[in-house]
Amino acid sequence: MIRVILPPNLSTLARVDGEIELEFNGTLTQRSLLDAVEAKYPMLCGTLRDHVTQGRRPMVRFFACGEDLSHESADTPLPDAIANGAEPFLIIGAIAGG
Amino acid sequence: MSTVRVLVGTRKGAFILTSDGARKRWKVSGPHFAGWEIYHMKASAVDPDRIYASQTSAWFGQIIQRSDDGGKNWSTPGSSPEELQSSDGMPKAESNKFVYDTSTETGKPITTHQWYDGTQHPWEFKRVWHLEPSLHDPDHVYAGVEDAAIFESKDGGKSWHELAGLRGSDTGPKWQPGAGGMCLHTILLDPKDPQRIYIAISAAGAFRTEDGGKTWKLINRGLHSQYIPDPNAEVGHCVHRIAMHPSRPNTLFMQKHWDVMRSDDAGDSWHEVSGNLPTDFGFPIDVHAHEPETIYVVPIKSDSEHYPPSGRLRVYRSRTGGNEWEPLTKGLPQRNCYVNVLRDAMSVDSLEPCGVYFGTTGGQVYASVDAGDKWKPIVRDLPAVLSVEAQILQ
Repeated sequence: MIRVILPPNLSTLARVDGEIELEFNGTLTQRSLLDAVEAKYPMLCGTLRDHVTQGRRPMVRFFACGEDLSHESADTPLPDAIANGAEPFLIIGAIAGG
Repeated sequence: MSTVRVLVGTRKGAFILTSDGARKRWKVSGPHFAGWEIYHMKASAVDPDRIYASQTSAWFGQIIQRSDDGGKNWSTPGSSPEELQSSDGMPKAESNKFVYDTSTETGKPITTHQWYDGTQHPWEFKRVWHLEPSLHDPDHVYAGVEDAAIFESKDGGKSWHELAGLRGSDTGPKWQPGAGGMCLHTILLDPKDPQRIYIAISAAGAFRTEDGGKTWKLINRGLHSQYIPDPNAEVGHCVHRIAMHPSRPNTLFMQKHWDVMRSDDAGDSWHEVSGNLPTDFGFPIDVHAHEPETIYVVPIKSDSEHYPPSGRLRVYRSRTGGNEWEPLTKGLPQRNCYVNVLRDAMSVDSLEPCGVYFGTTGGQVYASVDAGDKWKPIVRDLPAVLSVEAQILQ
């Protein structure tokens, strides 16, 4: 079981309370994690990654285990603590006010 | 008795205001989609409880929302369980997917436009500014987007495709963003001819199609803009809004960056009707529901001072199709008022007398139930208002 925390605007859109739990088997990477999120919550397609390029949207950030992983390769395995659910994977709207 | 519903899009959510036909007491529902920018909401003329909404965010992109029960419940179209998965098991979720058509078969689209520094810049989708439901089919809806293009959905907003002939016109490289971005903000459907559509882009100008969007003609002759190198250029004008009375689809009224303009030949030529306005800068323009020669604008001091002249919020009404204007001030703040009224933030209803509504960047929505003679705020202190649409339910 992996844990993902969505920013408030996307929690509203997905109609969840912030942290979501997903069953996952296989190698956990940013790409496979986001695929799993979108498979369960299709309304989030396009909100985290560009529909066409699949690149991270510019003002979306990915934090995990106290690190900013936003600039890591989408195919780099995520830390074990994320894969085993000990730590959540945080999806953050970049701090910009407004 | 009729019910009036006013759909209000703001910087931080959507609000739905309802009243009976007397239009004296209003119920406020919202915020819907709290925290998101709601650029525009509009209901289908065929099915008044079918409402489309453009929900957008600089962080998280574009979402299309749809209600089939008058705004009580909303969903992203195509998100019912049987529609969620495509054949490969991955989510479809294409209701927020606006991808420019780059095929050479369907319009030969040009893929760059003029950037602020004069270089050519690729089209990049940012948001939907305006949603215009078809007059004939509740599942058919058009979307005007930034960077400027027009998209169409024929399945209730589940999927979208570009009418690429507009962007494929050979003037594309001369289009450029205004201060608010390069947006297609106006879509007018001719009630007498389903194949004819007018659109307007800031800053490119106005266009007309006679074939349902396959080909488009520039309709900017007569526009004069001092802020572009050739003031009479065929393209590059910053059109803020166009309005039309449904009984006279050949007569158009335009609020340009500066100048209020009129055309009586479906946009083939324009002439200025600013007349005695205190300033002819502004954003919205609208037409009385029952009097095709009665039009409304909200004069704004200048393009750098986006507030009413002298701090007095005044709607101006012309009963002569322009040139002769009267200020409408009763019930509107006449001192220390420095709000703006944005281009999609004025609407009329079809009751008798005609109701007129507008929203401000200060969060007030004002209504007049006597065609503009007197005004009252029907809600105040909302987030900045981006759009206002009124509809009548029988």
